Amino acid sequence: MSTQSPLAIEANGLVKSFGETRAVDGVDLTVRTGSVYGVLGPNGAGKTTTIRMLATLLTPDAGSGRVLGHDIVKEADKVRGLISLTGQLASVDEDLSGRENMILIGRLLGLKRDAAKARATELLDAFGLSEASGRLVKNYSGGMRRRLDIAASIVVTPEVMFLDEPTTGLDPRSRNQVWDIIRALSDAGTTILLCTQYLDEADRLAEGIAVIDHGKVIAEGTPSQLKASVGSGRLHIRLLDPEQRPQAERLIAAELGEVHLEPDPAALTAPCADADRAAEAVAQLTREGVRIADFSVGQPSLDEVFLALTGHTAEESAEEADMQEERAA
Amino acid sequence: MSTPATTAQSPAVADAAAVQKAISSTARPKRASALSAALTFGWRGMLKVKHVPEQLLDVTITPVMFVLMFTYLFGGAIAGSTGAYLDYILPGILVMSVLFTTVYSGVALNTDLTKGVVERFRTLPIWRPAPLVGALLGDSVRYLVAGTVIVVLGVILGFRPDAGVPGVVAALALTIVFAFGLSWVFTTLGLLLRSPNAVMNAGFMALFPITFVSNAFVPPETLPAGLEAFVDVNPVSQVVTGARGLMDGTASAGDILLVLGIAAALTAVFAPLTTYLYRRRA
Repeated sequence: MSTQSPLAIEANGLVKSFGETRAVDGVDLTVRTGSVYGVLGPNGAGKTTTIRMLATLLTPDAGSGRVLGHDIVKEADKVRGLISLTGQLASVDEDLSGRENMILIGRLLGLKRDAAKARATELLDAFGLSEASGRLVKNYSGGMRRRLDIAASIVVTPEVMFLDEPTTGLDPRSRNQVWDIIRALSDAGTTILLCTQYLDEADRLAEGIAVIDHGKVIAEGTPSQLKASVGSGRLHIRLLDPEQRPQAERLIAAELGEVHLEPDPAALTAPCADADRAAEAVAQLTREGVRIADFSVGQPSLDEVFLALTGHTAEESAEEADMQEERAA
Repeated sequence: MSTPATTAQSPAVADAAAVQKAISSTARPKRASALSAALTFGWRGMLKVKHVPEQLLDVTITPVMFVLMFTYLFGGAIAGSTGAYLDYILPGILVMSVLFTTVYSGVALNTDLTKGVVERFRTLPIWRPAPLVGALLGDSVRYLVAGTVIVVLGVILGFRPDAGVPGVVAALALTIVFAFGLSWVFTTLGLLLRSPNAVMNAGFMALFPITFVSNAFVPPETLPAGLEAFVDVNPVSQVVTGARGLMDGTASAGDILLVLGIAAALTAVFAPLTTYLYRRRA
C-alpha cells in the first residue's frame, strides 16, 4: 500500500429503506485507520444494515461511504480487496469441515493450493481448532463457529474488518477468547468496526463509540465521554448490618446528593459521576463506623445509556423496530 | 443422564501469541483468476457430494427407473417391441433425466442464499459470477453421472447405437452443454422465488410439458397437428434430435449448431440476469 489513508471508514448520510421502514436514516461515521470503533445499539437499530452497506453487500439509497478512500459503490471491487466481514449469521459453510472452509477462502483469495493448505493449518492451530478441523462445521459449538468465522476473515489479513455482534449468544469463556482475538487483530494494525449490543464490550475494545437508534447516530465519543454524558454509573453498597442503613443513607446523601434504598434492607445505591467521589463516600461510611459487606461502582448498562440519551429503553426501541419490520414485511 | 451433546466442546483456547503471528505473517496474494475462482466453487460442490453422497441418489436411481419403466411399460405398445423402443427412447430419456437434474441447480442456489456463507462470498474480491458458474460446473458432474448411468443401463439392456462409443460420448456432451445453458434459467428462478420448494415446483411444472410434448418418447407424426407443431419448435426436441442423430451417426451439423446456439442464447440471457439478481439480493 502506497499512502495510508488517515481515515479507514467515512460514512456521510447513509440511508437505506426496506419498504416503508427507514432502517438506516442518515448515518455519519468517521473511523481512524488502525482503531477499533464500536457501533452500539439494540436489535433493529440499523447496525447490521449500516455494516452491510459499508461491506458492499447493500447499495445505499442515499449518502456515501468510503473505505480507505475508496467509494463503497463506485469502487466496490477495490473495497472488497481491503475488507472482510464476519456476519451475524456465521459466515462459514456448515456443510464443509473447518479445514475445507479455510482452504476454500484461501483459494478464493488467490493463494496457491499448498499455500492455502499451510495457511489453513496455521490459523486452525492458532485458534485452537486443529482437533476439530476435520469435522463438519454444523457440529461445532457456537464459540468454535465464531472462532472459525474470524479465522476465515483473516486468511489474508484485511485492512478493515467488520464484526457484526461477534459475541452475541456466546458463553463468557468464548466471549473472552473472541475479545482476545479482536485485540490481537487491532494490535496488528487492522481497523475494526465492531457492532454490538453490549456497552461493556464496546467499552473494553473500542476507542470510539457511536450509539445508534432508529437508524440514526444519537451519540458519539470515547467510551468515557459517553458514560460521563450518561451520568456514569451507580455506586452499589451492601451493609453488614441493616440497622445502620438510615445512618448510611444520611451520609451518602450528604456526599453524593441522592440515594436510593433497595428492596434488600441492607442495600442502597446512588448515582455518581466519578469513581473518586464514590470512593470518598465509601471512606466516609467507614470513618463513621458503618460496616460495609461489599460495594461496587457499576457501569451504566446499555439500557441506562439509552434511557439517558433517548428517554426510552433499548428494549422498547428493539420492540418498536420489530413491529416496524413486521409492518414492512 | 441427559443425551450427550451433539455439538463439540471448545477444545482449546485460542492462542494469542499464535494468533498474533498468524495475523502478521501474510502478504495479500494476487487475486484469484476468474477461472480459478469458478473452479474453486466447483470444488466446493464436489466436497458437498463427498460429505453427503446420498444426494447423488436422485441422479442415479431416477434415471434407472425411467429407463426400465418406459422400455418395458410402453415399449410393446408404442414400438411393437421393447428392443426397438429402447433404440428410439434412450436418447430421449438421456435428455429428460439430465434436464430434470438442472432444476436442482436452482433449488441448491435458493438453499444456499439462506446461509451466512454467501455473505462472505459476496464480500470477496472475486469475479462476480464465480460462485454461480462454479456451482453449475459442479452440477455438470451430476449431469454426467445421470447421463452415464442411463447409457450404461441402456447398453446392458441391449442398446447398440450405430455411431458407437464416439457417438454416445458426443451425444452426452451435447446434452450436458444444453443442460448448462438451461440451468441458468433455474438459477434465475432460484433467485426470484422465496423457497427451495417453490423453485422445485415451478421447475418441474415447466419441464414436464416441454419434455413430454417433444419427440423424446413418441414420433411427432402420431400427434394431432397442433401438438405436432409445438413439438417441432420445442427446443427439447432439438436436443433429442441432436443426441439421437449423434448416437445413430446421422446428425447434421445444422442440428448440432442449432442446439449449441440455443444453449448459448439461454446462457447469454439468463447468466447475466442471474448474476445481476445474485448481486442485488439483500
